[in-house]
Amino acid sequence: MVNERYSFLALAKHALTGHKNWQPAIRHPEPKDKYDVIVVGGGGHGLATAYYLAKLHGINKVALLERGWIGGGNTGRNTTIVRSNYLLEENANFYEHSLKLWEGLSSDLNFNVMFSQRSVINTCHTPAELESTMRRYNAMRLNGIDAEFLTADELKRRVPSINLGQDGSLRWPILAALSQPRGGVARHDAVAWGFARGADALGVDIIQNCEVTGFKRAVDGRITGVETNRGPISASKVGVAVAGHSGQVMAMADVRLPIESHLLQAFVSEPVKPFLDVVVSTGALHFYISQTDKGEVLLGGGLDGYNSYGQRGTIPNIQEVTSAATEMFPNISRLKWMRQWAGVMDMTMDGSPIIGKTPVPGLFFDGGWCYGGFKAIPGSGWCFAHTIATGEPHSLNASFTLERFGRSAVIDEKGAGPFPKAH
Amino acid sequence: MLLIPCPHCGPRPETEFVYGGDARVKRPDPSNSSDEQWAAYIYERENPKGQHQELWLHSAGCHLWLIIERDTVTHAIGSVRAAREDQQ
Ligand SMILES: Cc1cc2nc3c(=O)[nH]c(=O)nc-3n(C[C@H](O)[C@H](O)[C@H](O)COP(=O)(O)OP(=O)(O)OC[C@H]3O[C@@H](n4cnc5c(N)ncnc54)[C@H](O)[C@@H]3O)c2cc1C
Ligand SMILES: [Zn+2]
Repeated sequence: MVNERYSFLALAKHALTGHKNWQPAIRHPEPKDKYDVIVVGGGGHGLATAYYLAKLHGINKVALLERGWIGGGNTGRNTTIVRSNYLLEENANFYEHSLKLWEGLSSDLNFNVMFSQRSVINTCHTPAELESTMRRYNAMRLNGIDAEFLTADELKRRVPSINLGQDGSLRWPILAALSQPRGGVARHDAVAWGFARGADALGVDIIQNCEVTGFKRAVDGRITGVETNRGPISASKVGVAVAGHSGQVMAMADVRLPIESHLLQAFVSEPVKPFLDVVVSTGALHFYISQTDKGEVLLGGGLDGYNSYGQRGTIPNIQEVTSAATEMFPNISRLKWMRQWAGVMDMTMDGSPIIGKTPVPGLFFDGGWCYGGFKAIPGSGWCFAHTIATGEPHSLNASFTLERFGRSAVIDEKGAGPFPKAH
Repeated sequence: MLLIPCPHCGPRPETEFVYGGDARVKRPDPSNSSDEQWAAYIYERENPKGQHQELWLHSAGCHLWLIIERDTVTHAIGSVRAAREDQQ
């Protein structure tokens, strides 16, 4: 099945018939008995995996099983920051590959994911932070990734509404900032829908309201399929990408994970005129801010701090984030907050993801995205599809194994140790 | 906001506490344990959707380490006891 191409011409043609004849973007097929590959989880990661399996590896007997609706998990709840400003080489190479895929994604998918490369700026507030950020800047440049170091004055020119706090109004005034100009934001729903539409057109069956409730195994332990609320489905390869529910799903295959599930919140204000055309984030005050295309101010901060699956978020974190944000952006202090929500984050013990094989033959795992998995969607789908199709990881995800923890070969970007809530 | 009933101080807001994670992790005997046991001790955690045994330090209060049973979906707190009661 080939989708109608979205274009100016198509828009003009459908305008003539009052936009009544657009085709649905995806089919809603019944599950078949058997597929070559089953992907569990219809977030960005699962959808991108299904798309690249069909597009790059010619595997199109693929079922993508989603418990609810596609993009209803963290993919539809995040603050959409896309960047590759990492220190460690494994992370830098992987996220830079992902960023390059983002740069061509709208045309590749023929779906406008509204990727806006407006700069992601990290502010530095202490001499120690300045030094570690300078080190990260140098690492980025050595890895061939774009980066700029801004003095406080340069930052003020770039972001006029920011309060540098040098008059004493910030306990820790801004000393300098690191900018990645190619970083930015994208439209979260469009990413899920674009990958879904692309995968569907290549023959992937996207099956919603289909919860995986168990795994089918052969006597030798190999995966032979999954059990679902809509009956059993067979496949010799199963890839799991279920974010906050990684622990539950992998436990059904007796795989224990170095992952805890924690809450991350975000909030948006009433819409106002454009005043902020970059993403600003601060590790010291612990919040990040951007302005959406609709004009809302979008804020996020740190984790709520203890294991939770309660997709709500608690008050202390709202207080912390809003007080920090109004100190650094005093002009937002009288805005009304319209919505607040939370997602269940798959936090690993070293803050880096897992994309690869598991101890169970035929079972592959993609997860542990912590709070940075939106930007990883194209890169992760690309690497996970490669791993499932060939049975071996690509060099870009070769370090992100599950067994690295057994060897203490951790990839700890922040040097925070085995404490999921600290990453 | 959690209201944590500290056995020493009474009910106190969560902001007075520091979270310590899975309370069931036990340090293996260093002289008699395998690499796998050490790796599991450092990196593997219970991550249940439901009842969770977890450590909390009353850092802005009596400084007791507590073991709290809490539901990770509803956040309802069940039993609370001082962690030292569990020692040997
Ligand atoms: C508030 C917030 C802000 C964030 N900000 C950013 C950011 O600025 N930049 C960034 O890069 N990342 C950010 N993230 C992280 C990012 O959103 C996630 O890492 C990413 O979306 C994970 O995608 P996913 O496909 O793995 O998971 P999800 O989108 O959560 O998809 C997993 C899917 O699996 C399904 N599922 C679960 N169990 C089953 C089952 N048994 N059977 C079938 N299906 C199942 C779920 O219903 C869900 O739809 C943020 C997250 C949150 C919550
Ligand atoms: Zn106390």
